[in-house]
Amino acid sequence: MSFHGGDFDVIVIGAGHAGVEAGLASARMGANTLMLTLNLDAVAYMPCNPSVGGPAKGIVVREIDALGGEMAKNIDKTHIQMRMLNTGKGPAVRALRAQADKFLYQHEMKKTIEETDNLLLRQGMVERLIVENNEIRGVVTQTGAEYYSKAVVITTGTYLRGKVIIGDLAYESGPNNQQPSVNLSYHLQELGFEMVRFKTGTPPRVNSQTIDYTKTEIQPGDDIPRAFSYETTKFITDQLPCWLTYTNEETHQLINNNLDRSPMYSGMIEGTGPRYCPSIEDKIVRFNDKPRHQIFLEPEGRNTQEVYVQGLSTSLPEDVQHKILRTVPGLENVRMMRAGYAIEYDSIVPTQLWPSLETKKISGLFTAGQINGTSGYEEAAGQGMMAGINAARKVQGKEAIILNRSEAYIGVLIDDLITKGTNEPYRLLTSRAEYRLLLRHDNADLRLTEIGHDIGLISLERYENFINKKALIDEEIQRLKQTMIKVTEESKTVLESIGSTPIKEAINAALLLKRPEVTYEQVEKLTPPDKRLDSEVAEQVEIQIKYEGYIAKQLEQVEKLKKMETKKIPENLDYNAITGLATEAKQKLTKVRPLSVAQASRVSGVNPADVSVLLVYLEQGRLKRTENTK
Amino acid sequence: MKIDVKERISKRGDPGMEFDTIAAISTPMGEGAIAIIRVSGNDALHIGDKLYRGKKRLCEVETHSINYGHIVDPETEERVEEVMVSVLLAPRTFTKENMIEINCHGGIVSVNRVLQLVLKEGARLAEPGEFTKRAFLNGRIDLSQAESVMDLIRAKSDRALNVAMSQLEGKLSKRIQKLRRELLETVAHVEVNIDYPEYDAEEITVNILMEKAEIVQNGINRLLQTAEQGKILREGLSTVIIGRPNVGKSSLLNSLVHDNKAIVTDIPGTTRDVIEEYVNVRGVPLRLLDTAGIRETEDIVEKLGVEKSRKVVSKAELVLLVLNYNEELTTSDEELFEISQGSDRIIIINKTDLPEKIDMKRVKMLAGNQFIISTSLVNDEGVDELEEAIKQLFFSGEIESEDLTYVSNSRHIALLNQAKKAVDDAMNAINEGMPVDMVQIDITRAWELLGEVIGDSVHESLIDQLFSQFCLGK
Repeated sequence: MSFHGGDFDVIVIGAGHAGVEAGLASARMGANTLMLTLNLDAVAYMPCNPSVGGPAKGIVVREIDALGGEMAKNIDKTHIQMRMLNTGKGPAVRALRAQADKFLYQHEMKKTIEETDNLLLRQGMVERLIVENNEIRGVVTQTGAEYYSKAVVITTGTYLRGKVIIGDLAYESGPNNQQPSVNLSYHLQELGFEMVRFKTGTPPRVNSQTIDYTKTEIQPGDDIPRAFSYETTKFITDQLPCWLTYTNEETHQLINNNLDRSPMYSGMIEGTGPRYCPSIEDKIVRFNDKPRHQIFLEPEGRNTQEVYVQGLSTSLPEDVQHKILRTVPGLENVRMMRAGYAIEYDSIVPTQLWPSLETKKISGLFTAGQINGTSGYEEAAGQGMMAGINAARKVQGKEAIILNRSEAYIGVLIDDLITKGTNEPYRLLTSRAEYRLLLRHDNADLRLTEIGHDIGLISLERYENFINKKALIDEEIQRLKQTMIKVTEESKTVLESIGSTPIKEAINAALLLKRPEVTYEQVEKLTPPDKRLDSEVAEQVEIQIKYEGYIAKQLEQVEKLKKMETKKIPENLDYNAITGLATEAKQKLTKVRPLSVAQASRVSGVNPADVSVLLVYLEQGRLKRTENTK
Repeated sequence: MKIDVKERISKRGDPGMEFDTIAAISTPMGEGAIAIIRVSGNDALHIGDKLYRGKKRLCEVETHSINYGHIVDPETEERVEEVMVSVLLAPRTFTKENMIEINCHGGIVSVNRVLQLVLKEGARLAEPGEFTKRAFLNGRIDLSQAESVMDLIRAKSDRALNVAMSQLEGKLSKRIQKLRRELLETVAHVEVNIDYPEYDAEEITVNILMEKAEIVQNGINRLLQTAEQGKILREGLSTVIIGRPNVGKSSLLNSLVHDNKAIVTDIPGTTRDVIEEYVNVRGVPLRLLDTAGIRETEDIVEKLGVEKSRKVVSKAELVLLVLNYNEELTTSDEELFEISQGSDRIIIINKTDLPEKIDMKRVKMLAGNQFIISTSLVNDEGVDELEEAIKQLFFSGEIESEDLTYVSNSRHIALLNQAKKAVDDAMNAINEGMPVDMVQIDITRAWELLGEVIGDSVHESLIDQLFSQFCLGK
């Protein structure tokens, strides 16, 4: 029995990390938004590791915050520890990572959603889409409710035709025995979407009280209070540590002896797993000369004894998992609470999407997160953010927001997905970004706040603070470039105190700051500004001056590409009609349908000659049009 | 594993190349008195200013003006060529981009040298027809010409593919692949340190990067040396004959020229009086410098003095020092030994038909381990031995004449120079105390540039390496 459930501007299917950002962004931009999810108790659920951030991913979280998203604020409120990683390296690769209280994380997120205007959170399983003339009209749930909308965002994570596998046991299920979403997957195939099957996995969880921590190494959080969000003012000081231990010969032997019982090797698993997230059995087989593997013991929250055993992701049978755990120092008497498992799920081939994350096939239908072939909460949230923004803008008749590769890791992620596709669950790595010195943790606000404000997700107050900060940075850089530091007793003492050679003649303050051992702190002492700058401004001044040469070099490369980015390609260009194109290029370009020549050049199988041909063809077309209008 | 050449070529490339700055010699190669190097693109003036020394900087002069000055090698400030440079600012130019045109007068060799300098400063060697293509893309040429531009591009890419294929099979690509492998593992290792900071892989320190950078720097230098040889194959080994009056320089010149078919003769430069002659000696093309001096006066030392000889010698890659068997060594002889010290040199003891008066012991001492050839040029004796010595000198060392893989393609040379610069930058950064991930930017750049030489710059292979080299994950 079907019935009319209601009319909305935007409907978001799913309330995981992609879904919540999509729903919140859309609602906050003024679109009347419905968020449908299988289980209201699984909003913003972390089915795998209880952590947010890390290299590249942490920077995505900062970007989400600069655009006005929620992930940063939510983890700031609910973490049990935070650490800045790569502090011994340059600023480009520094990244923040938090261990989450995964239960608190969910509660906080759900509360925020519930309190947001224009946003209705409702339990329900979507089974079909309502599509007319290749345009989305709404969705139909299992209970027969028909909801109508102008845009729909699908964020089904690993739930689409999900299948859990432990040893020789396999059953249809979402993560952690949640209901899977089966019919929607078949429906998407009926609509003509090309789907792939991916696989991921999770390790067992154990009871903290049965761990002998004396045999492990402590991994505390940073002493300095940290936060992801630029708006966070309250910091959590009471942190919980994680613990490090290792596998050993005995563990490896045990796994080797039981490989025949592993579904990975018995052929039971058909989905492609990610290389960066191998199961322990995979690690032992592929790296059999490595004498030990790291195991991190991570608390899942403050009000639980459950501990996540990072490094032991496995789909071996439950009895083997028990035995493996007990070979690890500190876990000799451990009690397992949940077994690890592998999960297979359906994703759509992401080259079926425009850079806005709208599907090419159905106007108004967007997809984000693991359904697009990614893995990771942050990757999902970043896409959810953009899909939510663009769904709302579509409804409001505005142009899509597309972040480019030199602007944000989110831009790199989406461009990679829609241009190159992926043959394994896609994880962001810093090495995927060609301009990583521009895409830093520290300057996410400088890169994106403007956009966040333009689209209405950043408050005026925050925006004004941002403009003020930017002005302070520029002023201080100018000042230092025009200030000479003289040879004085003070300059001698200050420089000697940090082991730097005292200056022999007056030197420009900016030049002095370029010395590797000199920080803003010393320069500030030698030439204090009128008003002391806060640490974020000082950090920017230091980084922008110190790495000026490198930054300029990367900006130059970006500039070179700009012209190619501005050469737009019409959505419906008939590549088969272009005589000079190689056959392979025709096929690939027809599939990807890039929107700029720069994007076309990144499609694999398109060579520089094809790009030339394309440019000439486009120019011909332009000329013909102008000649016709004469 | 078999590598699909076509697949690799297709993945090559910097998409920015459609609008980067390009350069080429745009006058026919050969005997023209003037050659023009055309540079087009955003950086044209900027590149020009790095090389041009005149009254004003090129970016300061008026558009559509012609400016007198010199092209120098910016590393040494050595003058390479006297030039007139036309500055043409967009959009009123052939390509509608900023352009400069460098008018050179010094003959094929110095024009090539200027071009190499332009390429070294960041311009890319233009593909055939590329100026026309730019003109078209920027809306300068009308529709009727479009088809021919298309044909040109297509033909070019087919040709490029063939050339690239033969290159890939050659030694060059093997050497470059070796260098890239050298870098790849390290680069992947640094990436793991960055992306998996807690993973128990050893931290790559700048010291390890320095070691790798040095290995690669050496490798690139060696390749660039073969580029020198490749250049010699095209342009000739610049050779000078020196010696006191009447030792037989003229006879030597004549027997070299007469024995061997001259390739090109008498390219007079309009701004200098060096006259060059080309001869091919057993496969080694020699470009004989200052032959006019020898022909007209037979008297280069006395007329122009040792200083001038020193100058001529400094331009030469091979010095043929002629001594008289029938006379004692003079101070002039000793001076000639001294000024040609350090050059590749062959000592020719002429007039062996006459009685020995020269102190051969002393000659041997001065010559060290260099070739000493005895000749009697009037009787046509010893010329064979001399030619054999020249051949051996040129085809010496690790490179065997049957197995030559010279880097001779200007694009490759330019890329290798850029890769070398990236490695140099990395080494400087290490010395300046930059953190490892900054140094990595230049190292990765070098790796990519080397890849472009052989048509393989796939970023994905770095990520593949990452996961095959390290056991990562949760």
